[in-house]
Amino acid sequence: MAGSREIRNKIKSVKNTQKITRAMEMVAASKMRKAQERMKKARPYGEKIRNVAAHMSRANTEYRHPFLIARDTVKRIGVIIVTSDKGLCGGLNTNVLRKVVNQMKTWQAEGEQVEVCCIGNKGLGFMSRVGASVTSQVIGLGDTPDITKLIGAVKVVLDGYTQDQFDRVYIFYNRFINTMKQEPVMEQLLPLTDERMQGSEQDSDKSKAIWDYIYEPEAKSVIDDIMVRYVEALIYQAVAENMASEQSARMVAMKAASDNAGNVINELTLIYNKSRQAAITKELSEIVGGAAAV
Amino acid sequence: MGTIFHLDIVSAEESIYSGPVEFLVAPAQMGEVGIYPRHTPMLTRIKSGMVRIKAQLKEEELVYVSGGMLEVQPDVVTILADTAVRSHDLDEAKALEAKRAAEEAMKNRESELDYAKAQAELIEAMAQLAAIDKLRKRGH
Repeated sequence: MAGSREIRNKIKSVKNTQKITRAMEMVAASKMRKAQERMKKARPYGEKIRNVAAHMSRANTEYRHPFLIARDTVKRIGVIIVTSDKGLCGGLNTNVLRKVVNQMKTWQAEGEQVEVCCIGNKGLGFMSRVGASVTSQVIGLGDTPDITKLIGAVKVVLDGYTQDQFDRVYIFYNRFINTMKQEPVMEQLLPLTDERMQGSEQDSDKSKAIWDYIYEPEAKSVIDDIMVRYVEALIYQAVAENMASEQSARMVAMKAASDNAGNVINELTLIYNKSRQAAITKELSEIVGGAAAV
Repeated sequence: MGTIFHLDIVSAEESIYSGPVEFLVAPAQMGEVGIYPRHTPMLTRIKSGMVRIKAQLKEEELVYVSGGMLEVQPDVVTILADTAVRSHDLDEAKALEAKRAAEEAMKNRESELDYAKAQAELIEAMAQLAAIDKLRKRGH
């Protein structure tokens, strides 16, 4: 029985692979639930700070924060790319990176310079491989979108904007639509769009009134702080969504891999049985032939 | 209305408190502030410390916040709590760290942005995915 041992070995190895993919699927499923919860928990903060920022932008007229002022000429663009740290999650990172590359190509054709800030290992690896200029990076976020880890890299970009290094800042990430569907999106982060400076719908009519705030210690520093936190909250939300997307994409990819392994095993088992039966038939016919010859 | 106001304490990671309260004490940057309903609108930074909350027919509650922002409207108060200990110097140090890491990573690579290479790499990855998809549909 020549080939049968090899087939048996092959089946064994595919079974081992299937065990791994199945385990990864289950790990991703449990992480996905947590990631989705985290994404939802981040929403109230995003909503509240958006309302506060909206109230503030209406209330205070003498000081306009640089984040709100649109620049006429756009020469340099800052891009924040959110990707996952690890692979094995289907086309998630590829999709978002393709969008980035296409967009960067158009920008460069228009004569704009692009600098990137990478959140996540996959994007960083890709960007430095293809030679984009990376100004800041965060890798190894783990499973929680920790704001302490994001602050540094984000500050580089925000400072770049206030110091006129960038005229515009965009963010790319995977928006979580549902477990089966994630969509790569590009959003303008700075200057803050009017849409972002409007209070959410839940904001009551009463609080849409114009408040004449008392600022403590003084208006400028309080407004600066709130604007920075608002942008950070937007980025945090994007990272949280990307993480939820990552886990669900991984779960789906690993499920498909386990199913595929199952199919391969079935087929190999069939081939194995066939070859075994063929060998038995051959042996029998040899014995019968031998007996007839005697 | 008049004797209570709505309070929300939220941090980037979760909603900490939400409900009607009678009275509130928060550690504002310029000193502790006590807020009763119909307080004049105010925006201030708060230090890390305890926020004392008195809700109707309830014992006083203490909530710890590690700094943040406080917005006061006559009948709505919002505390945006920080999840991290923040200070200007600390943020600066983190920014420098992120920059340095990126510069280091930049050293070991070619200078020009090679779109052809980027696209080739992406196309290859997409082709691999498409092939996997096709194989899956065929039932392998």
